[in-house]
Amino acid sequence: MELLDKLTILSDAAKYDAACTSSGSRRGFRQGYIGSTTSSVAGCCHTFSADGRCVSLLKVLMTNNCVYNCKYCVNRCSNDTRRAMFTPEELAELTIGFYRRNYIEGLFLSSGVVRTPDYTTELMIKSLRILRERYRFNGYIHAKTIPGTSPVLVEQLGLLADRLSVNIELPSESGLKLLAPDKTKAAILTPMRQIETRRTENTEELVKYRHAPKFAPAGQSTQMIVGATGDSDLHILRLTQGLYDQYKLKRVFYSAYVPVVENALLPSKDVKPPLLREHRLYQADWLLRFYGFRAEELLDEHNPDFNPLVDPKCSWALAHLDFFPVEVNSADYETLLRIPGIGVTSAKRILVSRRCARLKIEDLRKLGVVMKRAQYFLTACGKMAEGLRFSPDSLLRNLIAAERPGLPQPAAEQLTLFDTIQSA
Amino acid sequence: MNEMTYLYDGSFEGFLCCVFESYAKHEILTAIYSDEDFVPVLFASRTIETDFSHAGRVMRKIVKVSPYAADLLRRGFLTCLPEREMYLYRLIAKLLREGPRFLGSLSDETLYPVLKAIRNLHGEAQLLRGFVRFSELGGVLGAEIEPKNRVLPLLRGHFCSRYQNEKLFIYDRTHREILLYADHKAVIAPLEHFEMAPPDESEVGYRLLWKRFYDTIAIKERYNPKCRRTHMPMRYWNTMTEFQGTDYFKAKKSSADDPGLSAPNEKSALAIPPESEPSAPASAP
Ligand code: SF4
Repeated sequence: MELLDKLTILSDAAKYDAACTSSGSRRGFRQGYIGSTTSSVAGCCHTFSADGRCVSLLKVLMTNNCVYNCKYCVNRCSNDTRRAMFTPEELAELTIGFYRRNYIEGLFLSSGVVRTPDYTTELMIKSLRILRERYRFNGYIHAKTIPGTSPVLVEQLGLLADRLSVNIELPSESGLKLLAPDKTKAAILTPMRQIETRRTENTEELVKYRHAPKFAPAGQSTQMIVGATGDSDLHILRLTQGLYDQYKLKRVFYSAYVPVVENALLPSKDVKPPLLREHRLYQADWLLRFYGFRAEELLDEHNPDFNPLVDPKCSWALAHLDFFPVEVNSADYETLLRIPGIGVTSAKRILVSRRCARLKIEDLRKLGVVMKRAQYFLTACGKMAEGLRFSPDSLLRNLIAAERPGLPQPAAEQLTLFDTIQSA
Repeated sequence: MNEMTYLYDGSFEGFLCCVFESYAKHEILTAIYSDEDFVPVLFASRTIETDFSHAGRVMRKIVKVSPYAADLLRRGFLTCLPEREMYLYRLIAKLLREGPRFLGSLSDETLYPVLKAIRNLHGEAQLLRGFVRFSELGGVLGAEIEPKNRVLPLLRGHFCSRYQNEKLFIYDRTHREILLYADHKAVIAPLEHFEMAPPDESEVGYRLLWKRFYDTIAIKERYNPKCRRTHMPMRYWNTMTEFQGTDYFKAKKSSADDPGLSAPNEKSALAIPPESEPSAPASAP
């Protein structure tokens, strides 16, 4: 089979994985090697695909042959689809060829399970070895750890990759049993725990010996499919928080389920992927990681799902109106971050600027504050924006209007959501 | 004090000489031009010769008051802010009049336009770190870009360390400048005309593979062209492999028809000219 065909099959089969960032690993150039990794939070996007997603890495499968039969997956063994497999040499050469042309920041290698998890992982290790040793590749590598791989191989993989990930895919054990009968919760969590423990050890080693080999320096991530099972947003967000707290994950990715198969256990093929819900989860995830929010503040048993109409931070603000308005000249960083329309950058700019002069309302826009949203929740020198009048009702309407143009779901669906909420 | 319009050679040092001159002659500047064609004839205007010792004196003075301000000026000079010379001139005037305190106030009326332009410059450089597309031509990696800001000084450190053992060049079509890198030395030099050599078989092979990957990786159920344009404005597409027409994916017929095409523009990419005068201030080592 031609390389072009293989690439087509194996990137098509990999495209549902949401993780494509090259972040979390800062490594300058290395004498005699090619490549570097960047330090910015988002990593480096090399292009954006027609669906608007950032493309940073060459995202492919080693092979889409798979002995497992996860019901939601195009690669499951019972599906009639074209199969292909890269040789380790081909894959390494392709990666370097793309990297030299600045098409990509590195490689994201995942795979279907060919024969056994160990056999598959050995193939992946072989490819990464060629890349790191023969081609002296110093760029970014994200490798997928296949549930059930033996610890020795996970160790080897972690020494070659910047980031490892084990995908949870289904956010509950019942979901797993039903839809991924070959996988168990234990098979997923064991390598996750191993990676976490190993990284802690590695940090200590690196303190003692500066040249100790690095184990997955960009940490680990995971992905959950949203909308294939009945799990609530609260359930997913709690699980996310637990993963950040207990497994020190760097990122949790959410992937709106795209129905690719007709199966009685899954949403039917005409159901659109729940993009808005995925968007809300990312917004909430951001609040957990950078804004000091906890899952329990955003959702509870009475409101287990996000409001489709306003973003999670606005929702929180609307439920805590007594917290506002906040005075931007005196509030601390954490408090500033609670204001809708103020982000990490603008909060920091406020802190810097107000040391020189007291801030006035007109200054805030120049500092990057989104006043469309923020104006209802703040004062500057004791004053709100001039001429601002609002009631709780109009406030909600204005906040909804301020966000709508940026939302991922088409307008028609927004309207249906709107209708159901109003009639409910 | 007289009001005056200055004309200078467009270099950073030349700009500093305008500052020097206006202080030495007690002239208030109403405009600074680098292009003769744009100087309005109605106003009194003078041409300022670039004198490196004058430029150095201005720079040393600024660094003494605030090294941060000196950095802002270097970066500000690379931006596409219309009449950037005047904005920078006013910034210097305020700095020498009041001292550096206002530099902490990010919404200050003199500082803010410059900061905003610099953010835009850095934003564009960050995008281009991803969007630059190299072609391999006879062992040399070459790329062309069409940026609004003069980003080459900001891209230099990144690409030269990433591809430290390669020979490479990036041509900036907008500002007619080229970044050349070989044997661990980098240089940015003006270059009026440049044309990329046609690709060979192996280069075309990679272009096709990338285009195919790009077309395959999108999920059609999630098609969202607006989101794509927001993240990747269409003005960058012109120099990106994945958006080129069919001709871009055809190899030159055979090397016999087209002798000596090892690198575009003969050997310009291989032989780095001796240290030319710094046409753009360095912000990356
Ligand atoms: S193991 Fe992975 S590739 Fe195989 S069917 Fe399950 S999800 Fe798909």
